[in-house]
Amino acid sequence: MNKKIAYIIVFILISFQIYNTYAIQRFPKPEFESGHTQPPTITPDPRAAMWDTIDVFILFVSLSVITWFILKKRSRKGVFWMSILSIIYFGFFREGCVCSVGSLQNITLALFNPDYHIPITVIAFFALPIIYTLFFGRTFCAGICPLGAIQDIFVLKPMPVKAWLEKVLGIFPFIYLALAVLYAATKTDFIICRYDPFVGFFRFNATFTMFAIGGILLLIGIFIARPYCRFLCPYGVILNLVSRVSKKHLTITPAECIQCRLCEDSCPFGAIEKPVPAKMKENKDFAIRRFIILAVITPLFMLAGGYAGSQFHENLAKVNHKVQLAEELSKNKTYETELEPIEITAFKTSGKSLDDLYKEATIIIDEFYIGGWIVGLFIGLVFGLTLLSLSVYRYREDYEPNKGTCLSCGRCMKYCPVKPEID
Amino acid sequence: MSEKKDKMNRRDFMNSGIRFSVALGIGGIAGTLLNKTQKQSYVWQLDPEKCIQCGQCADKCVLTPSAVKCVHVYDMCGYCDLCGGYLRPNTKEITTAAESQLCPTSAIERRFIEEPFFEYHIIDELCIGCGKCVKGCAAFGNGSLQLQVRHDICVNCNECAIARDCPADAFERVPADNPYLLTGNSNNKESKS
Repeated sequence: MNKKIAYIIVFILISFQIYNTYAIQRFPKPEFESGHTQPPTITPDPRAAMWDTIDVFILFVSLSVITWFILKKRSRKGVFWMSILSIIYFGFFREGCVCSVGSLQNITLALFNPDYHIPITVIAFFALPIIYTLFFGRTFCAGICPLGAIQDIFVLKPMPVKAWLEKVLGIFPFIYLALAVLYAATKTDFIICRYDPFVGFFRFNATFTMFAIGGILLLIGIFIARPYCRFLCPYGVILNLVSRVSKKHLTITPAECIQCRLCEDSCPFGAIEKPVPAKMKENKDFAIRRFIILAVITPLFMLAGGYAGSQFHENLAKVNHKVQLAEELSKNKTYETELEPIEITAFKTSGKSLDDLYKEATIIIDEFYIGGWIVGLFIGLVFGLTLLSLSVYRYREDYEPNKGTCLSCGRCMKYCPVKPEID
Repeated sequence: MSEKKDKMNRRDFMNSGIRFSVALGIGGIAGTLLNKTQKQSYVWQLDPEKCIQCGQCADKCVLTPSAVKCVHVYDMCGYCDLCGGYLRPNTKEITTAAESQLCPTSAIERRFIEEPFFEYHIIDELCIGCGKCVKGCAAFGNGSLQLQVRHDICVNCNECAIARDCPADAFERVPADNPYLLTGNSNNKESKS
């Protein structure tokens, strides 16, 4: 009997070396004499598809309600309670997924990869806030976005950020957007989701680093209001640009601005534009010459950025798993069985040929070369336009929200002493 | 005054022009993509045939414990006494003692059915999806233990955190009405309802 067991163990040890293949009926299923019935395999259904529709419906309704609060009701309290609801539903209940910020990666992936089927929910989550912003300003940012909402309740002691710093930091979201699109288009990674600092709070679950980053952002947010929204959020870039041409927008005053200056420091995001008196208007010739110089420099910025991006493409491509694997395999290292990276083990057992992998990796690196150019051109353009926008003089009589950077939170409204006109 | 009014009108005109084109653009993108969507929704699943049981599923999921768990396909099981998924490979005795179990959390329950057959049950609350038993069963047995994303637990992330780190590229989106990729499971459909 012992011999038999030893024999089996030897067989097992040999088979461990030979077969690493999967699911072979080596031992037939027994016929039970005792009449035992085999239990069913447990395969519970996913969440009903109806819930996706409910999510979109709730997004639609909450956007409408918060827009009504901001534009018609002019109620900061309403916005606040909407953000609490959003944190509860989109944050803690739905655990922060799908969110509009991340959805832009799905959109990119779907545009560049014909074999990816994008769910309608994700399209709705991407498009609805943009459409609302197009007509009413960034009411989505005000309190529907769970990432914005959780930061908004931490705005306790906001301090103004220096204008130059605000402009410089304001370039980061563009870079983040460009990289997110690049990595989504090349099927590499969804970096917005991977480095989402707040989703870990919603799930009570994150790596230590992400918890730390999220915590630090929230703590910074006590003094520098909504740091993620202003200096990182890539979806905010899109909404910022769209909001500039919005049909309607939050107004500080319900009627006519009397320039009492009460609202001047009320915006925690520094999004209130002060009146610019006509006498500050500078020499026209000088202004035009500077504008022309900047307009010429911008394409140079773009070229420089594109060239830099294209030179950097191999480093950008290193994030890609396949490129990493190809690079690792091309080193032709020998590993001890225990120390061999699992990726290499996986590749060896998959039965793909090394040449195919190298070919795939070369194609991906080529994509990154083009992508590097586009990202660089884009960032150069952003640099140029940022400088241009700083140099353009715009005459303004009243205190107005900056339609781009205003997050429509509504804090400024209660500072205005003017009573609304009664029709 | 009239000049100023003119200026405002020009800006308004430009704004509505841009607004219109943005709306057209968004509509265009949404329309193109709507063509590509399919009515049914998709969920994440891992293909056990590609899986190398590296154990990352236990750690990389956004949930703790992971939404990936071992699923027992009883159709494939040989009901062995000497179970490669239950026992450590070099165990001396076939017992239910902790030291002879392969599972780090003792999530497999061994039940005697009749000589010489034993039935193995996964205790969901204990299973962490490490895949140790799956590896053992695939190497020594029939491969009836298979790792799967359990859809009663999975939150169906935008981009599955395990998928992007899976060294074997075993994760894929599958239609939600047939969300499991089990091999050799004949009662797949029945057990769902």
